[in-house]
Amino acid sequence: MRSPLIPEMATQEVQLNETLAHLKSESESLKSKLEEERAKLHDVELHQVAEKVEGLGQFVMKTRRTLKGHGNKVLCMDWCKDKRRIVSSSQDGKVIVWDAFTTNKEHAVTMPCTWVMACAYAPSGCAVACGGLDNKCSVYPLSLDKNENLAAKKKSVAMHTNYLSACSFTNSDMQILTSSGDGTCALWDVESGQLLQSFHGHAADVLCLDLAPSETGNTFVSGGCDKKANVWDMRSGQCIQSFETHESDINSVRYYPSGDAFASGSDDATCRLYDLRADREVAIYSKESIIFGVSSVDFSLSGRLLFGGYNDYTINVWDVLKGTRVSILFGHENRVSTLRVSPDGTAFSTGSWDHTLRIWA
Amino acid sequence: MYPLLSSGPATETLRMEKVIVAMQDPDMGMKMRNQRLLITVIPHAMTGKDIIDWLMQNYNINEEESLHLGGFLVQYGYIYPLKEPRCLVLRPDESPYRFQTPYFWTSTRWPVSELDYAIFLAKKNIRKQGELMEYEKERYSVLHKRINHTWDFVVMQAREQLRASKQRRKADRIVTECQEQAYWLINRPPVCPLSPFIETCRRALGRNRVKSSICLEGSYSEQYQNHDPIMQGCLPSNPWISDDTAHWTMNAALVPIPTRLRVERWSFSFMELLSDAMGRQEFMMYLEKEFSAENLCFWQACEEIRHGESSKIVEKVEEIYKNFLAPGAARWVNIDSKTMDKTLEGIKHPHRFVMDDAQMHIYFLMKKDSYPRYLKSDLYKSMLSKAIVPQETKKSVFPFVRRQRHSSPSPAQAAEDSRSKGPQAGSD
Repeated sequence: MRSPLIPEMATQEVQLNETLAHLKSESESLKSKLEEERAKLHDVELHQVAEKVEGLGQFVMKTRRTLKGHGNKVLCMDWCKDKRRIVSSSQDGKVIVWDAFTTNKEHAVTMPCTWVMACAYAPSGCAVACGGLDNKCSVYPLSLDKNENLAAKKKSVAMHTNYLSACSFTNSDMQILTSSGDGTCALWDVESGQLLQSFHGHAADVLCLDLAPSETGNTFVSGGCDKKANVWDMRSGQCIQSFETHESDINSVRYYPSGDAFASGSDDATCRLYDLRADREVAIYSKESIIFGVSSVDFSLSGRLLFGGYNDYTINVWDVLKGTRVSILFGHENRVSTLRVSPDGTAFSTGSWDHTLRIWA
Repeated sequence: MYPLLSSGPATETLRMEKVIVAMQDPDMGMKMRNQRLLITVIPHAMTGKDIIDWLMQNYNINEEESLHLGGFLVQYGYIYPLKEPRCLVLRPDESPYRFQTPYFWTSTRWPVSELDYAIFLAKKNIRKQGELMEYEKERYSVLHKRINHTWDFVVMQAREQLRASKQRRKADRIVTECQEQAYWLINRPPVCPLSPFIETCRRALGRNRVKSSICLEGSYSEQYQNHDPIMQGCLPSNPWISDDTAHWTMNAALVPIPTRLRVERWSFSFMELLSDAMGRQEFMMYLEKEFSAENLCFWQACEEIRHGESSKIVEKVEEIYKNFLAPGAARWVNIDSKTMDKTLEGIKHPHRFVMDDAQMHIYFLMKKDSYPRYLKSDLYKSMLSKAIVPQETKKSVFPFVRRQRHSSPSPAQAAEDSRSKGPQAGSD
């Protein structure tokens, strides 16, 4: 408490303020030194390198499936490794597993909370994880017994002190990575619910994360309301790289398929590309006519195309190398809140506040 | 990000205002004229068509996108219709519209809490200059910029509240101050954790960076272009478009003969080969011929520790030691002595990452040595030559007849089936 009743506390307060000021100026000078170092090796722009690459033709992508069944805003979705099933979650607490190809619903669970902002499919295809305003991430094994209530076998895995914004299984069903409004990310053992590692460094809510497709499989990237995108070492819990060029909340991060770069989507209406070896932002995908924030981004299989779901109900398709907007897709009747390309790259799926999901190809 | 959790007007309204200001620019902005509304003449107005044309020209977008963008300008109240004022829709015709005055702009209609916070900070500042904490000073100047037009009101309110509180008992005053401070401490973002950030910065300064010209040569996308179904289509057809699942059947995890594109991908990188079940199978067969299959088995066993249950780590590490590392082990792997010593030491207190160094050593051994030789081998070359190149399915002559969409067994079903078959199959 900061009551001036106790003199010692007042002195401590002054000391704290001074230390803070000192730290602040040190961090500012380090930041500018870092930018200088990064700029030294930036000898060419991405679009210049891309001049020798062939341009893309006209793109025709349409809605091929519309999944209706949620009674409220769809907030999140994820693909199953079988390339056709998906799990989706919504504001009213419903989590649905669909065979998107036939549009049949296969499982449905009602969570005990609203705003289920995160959901993920297990690599085996036998379970799903989800969470939101309950501050938890729970795993539901998928049972095909019609009589069995999925909620009965539910396992509570992660516990945060604020809402769960994103979750992802790692290479197996046994570990889950989560991000939260409490400003941290965490790695959990599913079987025991034990916290294996926590990741501190964001100054505000963490909104998204993505695991790196690297050979050694040990890093992931997160984005938050502090406008920072951080790359973390999963073993040590340390932040190994940090990027702060966005002007607003980062809602989505996704690795380029080679693992050498990642894209981000933000409320500042831009998507950006960061190269990890060059250690800097290398492209901005924006247009003056695009004024609404990006909620979700993903790459096509080759990484040449970047799809962005926007709060103005549209999807913009970007040529990653040349930096140009290739196409704009209309269809949803409210915000696009989530977007993922299918595991074999044959289609991408979007979820929207208009209560539906669409599959585009 | 979400309205229920945000603090301040949505950032898109600020960008919308930029558009509106550009539209009203004296030189490049819209040409406004008198518009006739029934018998009245309204000055400084424009038609829906004018708005759409201006947006198309100035932002280089087509009519559909222009109508979509213009629609939001009307929906958010920056432009209002003169005909049917309750219907906030942009019509691409002669319907008349006008610009809303800034006083009514969305960004000025703030949630009350922001105003309250501004008053709170103003009070603190007035009471004692320099009493604001670092982050409060930041918020104060941000707010000052953003709600500048209501700042007189803020200061007036702050003064009034301070005056009223002076008339209270000192103890009550102190309690209220504490309560207020605590409330805003919880409801405002915390101070940025600077020490860890400084550490990250220092480390970042020392890192090796690669020149942009080398990083950005972007050959990955080119290499994978033919494999990208959205860009190049897929054979025989994209299931989502044709409703035919042949593409998925031909590319299932284990098939008698794989497709050519798939086998080609195995040559792109060692990771590609290992992440494909068939690729791994083929590579294992090759290694068996070379009497080095224990490397791949070891690597797989290490993966299972890294990604498996915490409770099974100890027993799995023991298994690995017995089979691969112990002197005279049946499938002994050849690791350099330094790594071997370190690993054996680590095994005494097994944990999830105890095999990491050894696993990486063997991984890079296979990648640098066995993998390139596999790609030159007869085994791989013959697989490539007999691989299938599916025929492209001709588009249906009767496109309005939709194929039946067949369902597929759920992975959860397959897992349940194998569980129930277990005892009979005697697989253990």
